[in-house]
Amino acid sequence: MGRGNRPVVKGDKAIRFWDIAVVIGVFAVVMQIVPLLVWAERRISALIQDRVGPNRVGPFGLFQPLADAIKLLFKEDVIPDGADRFLFVLAPALAFFPAAMTATVIPFGAPMLIGGEMLQLQVCRGNVGMMLFMALTGLSVYGIAFGGWASNNKYAMLGSLRASAQVLSYEIAMGIALVSVFMTSQSVDLNTIVADQTGTWMGFVPKWNVLKQPLAFVIFFIAAFAETNRLPFDLAECEAELVGGYHTEYSSMKFSLFFLAEYAAMFSSCCMITTLFLGGWSFPGMPAGETGKLFSLLTVAVFFTKVAVLLFFFIVVRWTLPRFRFDQLMHLGWKTLIPLGLANIAATGVAAQL
Amino acid sequence: MRYDYVGVLIYLVLAVGFVLIGMTAQRFVSKFLRTNKPSAAKLSPYECGEEPVGGTSIRFNIRFYVMALVFIVFDVEIVLLFPWARVFTELYPYYRMTLFWDMLIFVGILALGLAYIWAKGDLEWVKTFRKHLSPAEKVARTPSKKEAV
Repeated sequence: MGRGNRPVVKGDKAIRFWDIAVVIGVFAVVMQIVPLLVWAERRISALIQDRVGPNRVGPFGLFQPLADAIKLLFKEDVIPDGADRFLFVLAPALAFFPAAMTATVIPFGAPMLIGGEMLQLQVCRGNVGMMLFMALTGLSVYGIAFGGWASNNKYAMLGSLRASAQVLSYEIAMGIALVSVFMTSQSVDLNTIVADQTGTWMGFVPKWNVLKQPLAFVIFFIAAFAETNRLPFDLAECEAELVGGYHTEYSSMKFSLFFLAEYAAMFSSCCMITTLFLGGWSFPGMPAGETGKLFSLLTVAVFFTKVAVLLFFFIVVRWTLPRFRFDQLMHLGWKTLIPLGLANIAATGVAAQL
Repeated sequence: MRYDYVGVLIYLVLAVGFVLIGMTAQRFVSKFLRTNKPSAAKLSPYECGEEPVGGTSIRFNIRFYVMALVFIVFDVEIVLLFPWARVFTELYPYYRMTLFWDMLIFVGILALGLAYIWAKGDLEWVKTFRKHLSPAEKVARTPSKKEAV
């Protein structure tokens, strides 16, 4: 697969059964990965803190998130006095949609030949998937901002203000890191970016963007932490100062939607980092142009292995690093990451002239 | 091309359906199973167990507003950079060079803007006005060690 000739799905034909199967499959994966992540987070944090962690419900405590979800559903649903009821109910949904929908742009595996036609393991087939990703990342502010504002609670208000400023600031750093990746891969289409990362140098070093654009990788990685409101950047909900931040007043199903959104966003970010910088579903020594079903499933397994490593790293970072102070957060974003990113674009441009 | 984004639409319908079913189930179905005993104290906004003081319409730091303004400028810049990054390496070297310098000047002007607000101290979250004071005023306003203790 060379540059530009991405596996073409014929445009003007009706959507087929398998395409819909892919859509439902991706949605199911996103919804199923969240309980697994919650479980993994609790087990790993227990490991780090020398505790046992949840181990009673099901094998290794695997059903614990399910039990928690059922418990949350049967909790009393409190809407505080003076809350803007419409926005209060709308906010968790608004937080959930963009977080869950970011996964649509990810190519999860090599296209497979099924029923005589190519099937792409990706929901959004358009070639401007990255634009959709940036738009959805921008939209994720609304859920948090509305949630904090509608709660009629000072902690929630402060938390949502902080979260908005943080997500906005790091979105710029993220976008700037993306621009240099696009310059290297000469495309804004994720399939082409993955195809560009296949192959190796000297037979064993994979041509991943993390090696071509190390600075962009670092900036994107840090920005991904900030965008998902994870420690060390979880100032939106830092329990030491703001109780629960923007979801202080939320309970029951609405709280679980915020919770789902947080972990879905974490999963989507890891998928995005894998696709952009770690070669996506490709692996070194991969046969080119292979379209078998088994091979396609193998690439999916490779993709999820990479994502799992990143998720493990996300969790370990959360449980080992202390929280930033808000001014430090802003200084890191505006005074370090953005100038570095701009310099990286200029350097990439100069390198392209050579 | 026509069907490229139908998948996204189906996905959105799935997500909306999930939220609607979840919210409805929570609101109406499990109402018979869960507790529902609102009281004045329970419904008051949480403020660490104290009676809430004042409203939520608090004054917030003006920095948030400055950040939002600067964000808009830079976000527009990024939107312009995306298509540029896509096409620029495909051009012939002469045009590529021109396009590169064009964009460098454009980004340079914005970087100058960033440098300006940086120098003016608007990127400082805790803004100090002390550097704008004359040396004599600074001395006058510095608390002596005795007072500070």
